[in-house]
Amino acid sequence: MNSLFKLVLQRLALGLLSLFAVSVIIFLAVGMLPGDIAQAMLGQSATPETVAAFRAQLGLDLPPLTRFAHWLLRLLHGDLGASLANQRPIAELIGARLGNTLSLAALAALVSVPTALVLGMLAALYRNSWFDRLLNTSALSAVSFPEFFVAYLLILVFSVKLGWFPSLSNLAPDASFGTILERSVLPVATLSLVVIAQMMRMTRASLINLLASPYIEMARLKGIRQSRIIWRHALPNALAPIVNVVALNLAYLVVGVVVVEVVFVYPGLGQLLVDSVSKRDIPVVQACSLIFAATYILLNTGADVLSIASNPRLMHPKG
Amino acid sequence: MSENNNNMTQAMHRRDFLKHSAVAGAVAAAFSLGLPLHALAQDATPKPGGVLRLGLAGGSTTDSRDPGSWVDTFTFVGFSAVYNTLTEIAVDGSAIPELAERFESTPDARVWTFHLRPGVTFHNGKSLSAEDVVVSINHHLSKDSTSAAKTVLGDVASVSAQGNDAVVFELHSGNADFAYVVADYHLVIMPAKDGAADWKAGVGTSGYRLKSFEPGVRMDLERNPDYWKPGRAHFASAELLAIADGAARVNALVTGQVDVINKVDLKTVALLKRNANLVIEETKGAQHYTFPMLCDSNEFKNNDIRMAMKHAINRETLLASVLYGYGLVGNDHPIQPGSRFINAALEQRTYDPDKSRFYLRKAGVESLKVRLQASDAAYTGAVDASVLFKEQARQAGIDIDVVREPADGFFSNVWMKQPFTTSFWYSSLTADRMFSIGYAKGAAWNETHWDNPRFNQLLTAARGEMNAPLRQEMYNEMQALCRDDGGAIVPLFASSVAARSNRVAHGAQTAPYGELDGLRLIERWWQA
Repeated sequence: MNSLFKLVLQRLALGLLSLFAVSVIIFLAVGMLPGDIAQAMLGQSATPETVAAFRAQLGLDLPPLTRFAHWLLRLLHGDLGASLANQRPIAELIGARLGNTLSLAALAALVSVPTALVLGMLAALYRNSWFDRLLNTSALSAVSFPEFFVAYLLILVFSVKLGWFPSLSNLAPDASFGTILERSVLPVATLSLVVIAQMMRMTRASLINLLASPYIEMARLKGIRQSRIIWRHALPNALAPIVNVVALNLAYLVVGVVVVEVVFVYPGLGQLLVDSVSKRDIPVVQACSLIFAATYILLNTGADVLSIASNPRLMHPKG
Repeated sequence: MSENNNNMTQAMHRRDFLKHSAVAGAVAAAFSLGLPLHALAQDATPKPGGVLRLGLAGGSTTDSRDPGSWVDTFTFVGFSAVYNTLTEIAVDGSAIPELAERFESTPDARVWTFHLRPGVTFHNGKSLSAEDVVVSINHHLSKDSTSAAKTVLGDVASVSAQGNDAVVFELHSGNADFAYVVADYHLVIMPAKDGAADWKAGVGTSGYRLKSFEPGVRMDLERNPDYWKPGRAHFASAELLAIADGAARVNALVTGQVDVINKVDLKTVALLKRNANLVIEETKGAQHYTFPMLCDSNEFKNNDIRMAMKHAINRETLLASVLYGYGLVGNDHPIQPGSRFINAALEQRTYDPDKSRFYLRKAGVESLKVRLQASDAAYTGAVDASVLFKEQARQAGIDIDVVREPADGFFSNVWMKQPFTTSFWYSSLTADRMFSIGYAKGAAWNETHWDNPRFNQLLTAARGEMNAPLRQEMYNEMQALCRDDGGAIVPLFASSVAARSNRVAHGAQTAPYGELDGLRLIERWWQA
């Protein structure tokens, strides 16, 4: 157990280093894009005078290294700074949207992860049956379509034709929990259709591998019930690859859903990041990127820890 | 299915143009004479109450309450319902008093005095004073201003309060259209606080109070019960949703989640028209598309080359394929057909490859090869239009090499820097503003670097000319100069196309500029 704790600490320290590297890369990358916020904000109506005034007010006339150092220093004091575009504190700007993104991801995960695992197990049990083939074909079809296409199909059927659910997931500030759920149905369904396939296929593949191994054969010969074989003997050993795939998909649900946000007009972090990049609003881009990077790092660390904990050989190395 | 447009005509073709402008003229005359318009009205009695829900393109998370930063429809429309300006553009396109009860100028149009309407209060109870107007204008005018409207006020030397209820603008030179200048949607009147305009509070004098504004997401407005303007602000509240995706906007309208959307994808207009509950709202001439050629570049410094290019483009084909007919053909000058400043006698330029070759020979070349740097940053379909142009120009022996430029940074890095690009403009209500910002020597956005001494001389003379017929003569000549010497090919005037559900209604005529009834639908429309 001690070694596990050490491992987590080590991973988190490395994670911090990665975050720093990400922030440097993002800063350089945004700097390399043509134009800056003054030109991007004023667009076609920019004049040299107003652009110069804009830059001076925002401190953009300072050297890049100084600006980065200022930003880093403020960040270490827990201050994300303010948006260059509209002077709003970034913490406030991101707060509500992060909540939206996380709740959408959580709902989608609640639906898709258990569904994928159960379907994967069933597919493994009844492998090569018509049921297995149907599952595989439909899951692979769903994941092969671009997500906006899936979203438009769902909108066409469930909001335009049947009128069951709204096509917009945009929420009023005082929306009730019921409204939130109702409005999340279509985006959650879209996201689930996109992520279920990979998790299901991985569950199926690793279970099938294990079900062919001698110790399962032994368990069968002993007359243990099928469900007990799966839950007690097969699944714990199949956990490592499944957990990794689940972590990857969860990360996707947090950071990769901008297209779904746009189609359903859902105010999440993805849209904020896209708008901020196009306006060269560096502090906001930085803050969003750090959140996304941290999500990846935390989920991957979690997956690694879980797969180590589920594997006695890794938990108790002979040394 | 039904369709409205502000000229109250169905699809207008070039050959019908004279007839239609005569109709529009008669309507304008009826308005100015105060004649009853029952024959034209579709629903004459506004009904109070209800909620107006708008799904708008043109909102971004980087939007702000600062009027100097407003650059797209969402903030234009939303804040037009919160704030008033000194003057308002009426549906007939004329400047009428708004917060200014009346206004007058010196005979040379150099000093303008606006007398404020008494008894107007801000949403926070503060009453409107001359100081509020002065700080609101200075918000854009001051030396360190970053306002997108700074150029609009380029003429203004100073603004000062005269007592508590009048404001005096001194201009560098006379401008007969100054009452139109102060109607600009950026130049809203905000309350003064510590000697500066308080834009952060979101407190205005107009028909709706700002309840909440989440940039790039939504804005909620509720009716101001103390609104000073009679016969306006019928809805009890309004919700504006920022919907960037065109298909999502249409879905929201079709499924009844919003009542009005803007920027309808022209490819889907025909499908929407089949829906009996929806009405297409077309504002003709709202903007125009240009191919600017830099007149000081090696390629285009010879006017014969520019004339060859202008004859090598088939405007009718572009209108049909790029705009699906939702627009009008241009005549290489920026004054929209239907404007009261249009030179109706000026002959329409047509596609004529032979004439184009003639001009090439006159310039001493047999064939011409030019590079066109195009981007959809200018308008949706700009790259398609460029490729069509390339095919048409081939007939005239002109080889156009179309280079697709990224939309990102197009206006800062390519436009006005490269010899031949794509661009667009919102059409102006006054010829002076359009010519001054885009065609005058030294203007910040003179996108063709054109410098025609006669044109520049006429521009200054016309600006201060209070004699209307004399002024029109000057504008007629200036349009001819643009057409026959200028650097811009102006092939198309594009309509702005919006759609509304028949749950909401509006007056017999909507404003002939901008979009959504001159951006003022929230206070002008009502529930059906």
